[in-house]
Amino acid sequence: MKLLIDHVSKQYRLDREAREVPALVDVSLSVDDGEFMAIVGPSGCGKTSLMSIVAGLLPYDSGTVSIDGNPIKGPGVDRAVVFQHASLLPWRTVTGNIRYGMELQRRFDGPTMKERTEYFTKLVGLDGFERHYPSELSGGMQQRTNLARALAADPAVLLMDEPFAALDAQTREFMQSELLKIWAQTRKTVLFITHQINEAVYLADRVAVMSSRPGRLKGLFTIPFGRPRTLSLKRDPKFLEIEDQIWKLIEEEQS
Amino acid sequence: MKSKQSFYKRHDGLILGTISIILFLSLWEAVWDLKLISPLFFSGPSEVIKKFHELMVDGTLLSDLAFSGQTFAIGFLISSLTGIVLGIILGWYRWLRLISNPIVTAFYSMPRVAMVPLIIMWVGTGMKSKIYVVFLFSFFSILVNTIAGVKALDPDLLRAARAYCATDWQIFTTVALPGSIPFILTGIRQGVSLGLIGVVIGEMVGGGSQGIGYMVAFGGQAFQTDTVFVGVVIIAFAGILLTWLAERLERRFSRWKPEH
Repeated sequence: MKLLIDHVSKQYRLDREAREVPALVDVSLSVDDGEFMAIVGPSGCGKTSLMSIVAGLLPYDSGTVSIDGNPIKGPGVDRAVVFQHASLLPWRTVTGNIRYGMELQRRFDGPTMKERTEYFTKLVGLDGFERHYPSELSGGMQQRTNLARALAADPAVLLMDEPFAALDAQTREFMQSELLKIWAQTRKTVLFITHQINEAVYLADRVAVMSSRPGRLKGLFTIPFGRPRTLSLKRDPKFLEIEDQIWKLIEEEQS
Repeated sequence: MKSKQSFYKRHDGLILGTISIILFLSLWEAVWDLKLISPLFFSGPSEVIKKFHELMVDGTLLSDLAFSGQTFAIGFLISSLTGIVLGIILGWYRWLRLISNPIVTAFYSMPRVAMVPLIIMWVGTGMKSKIYVVFLFSFFSILVNTIAGVKALDPDLLRAARAYCATDWQIFTTVALPGSIPFILTGIRQGVSLGLIGVVIGEMVGGGSQGIGYMVAFGGQAFQTDTVFVGVVIIAFAGILLTWLAERLERRFSRWKPEH
């Protein structure tokens, strides 16, 4: 077990109404080493709160989150986040942005950073665009930069917060299959958050389903497909059946 | 990807601008040549050039230029440094901003020329008091723009920096400072033109007997119209040159911005 989320609860205080709103209630989830775990749920189910908690950006009220048995206290070099908005420094080129996470964490010396930057630029398919500024890139390429920045920092756990949600449908599909190729070469432990059921089923080894208001863990599905996976898998009857089961689970709670 | 463009298309701004200046000067010289206006109140380009040469040769113009240039440079340097440092601090800490806001707003929006007599009373009529006037004129634009720049920082970038364990110093150097540079440079550009007004006003009304501003004021009182025109042309030229430099600096740091 790599990442353990153990009975985590979180409440938000609404000052205007002077009351506490539960965002997450007693969420427990464990992710194995090298496993691709997706969390899927409707908007407002607290999945982004959960992600921020694991990233160390948001304090929580009870429970523990630990990586390799060490409870997390704030952001750490054992995690890297791929944000929904690419969050790239607009005044840095692709190379400068991919270096950025490593620069801040100061785990690698200069030559190693340079080497890793080059390696991950190639891995995400951005060679030839090293000197471009983010404003000169398409949304998909910005997210590749975002991903390369996270991978270059060499985290034990890669956190992905709806990274393809802002992309158009075709780019999203393409990025999904690209992500699987890249992931196959790095085999990081991944926690992937999305509101798209078929994205979760296509990418993940297991899919955790969350319910909304308050956010609770509702079900856990093991995805039986081997790898590598191709996009045609999305039309496989078994795939559609799993997608349907997850959909029913979310639907029943919303009615 | 450079497409071949004609010489005119590549330099259209420069060519049309030069034509406009030449036309303006010719028209001015023509009006002057008609002698419709008494030379007591008016002068022409040829006379201004003659006077300019005369003042250069006897050395008064150079010493006035040096005095004004030095005053402006020192005053502007001090206001840039203090404006940027203080602006970043006030932009970052909300409570400090709230405390200082009424005072900053008052100074920023008042016609600062009203403060000049006080500065003369306090500091005297030498170069030091003129430096204070330049500072007073340019400081608040730089301060207010820097504050706005820090306030406008993208929260997503701050969050990303924190997620990668950035220290406060790293956030300052990699996000806060570069992120507010476009705003700071806008402040610098405004500060340059206001500081120039400051120099001239300080020298015109601030007592003392040096500087281009003094030259203009004195020339006006003595009906030395040519001298006044030389001063005006020099001030206009300094304004154009400094604004151009500030704009170049702004462009240099905005390469990463999307082109529109």
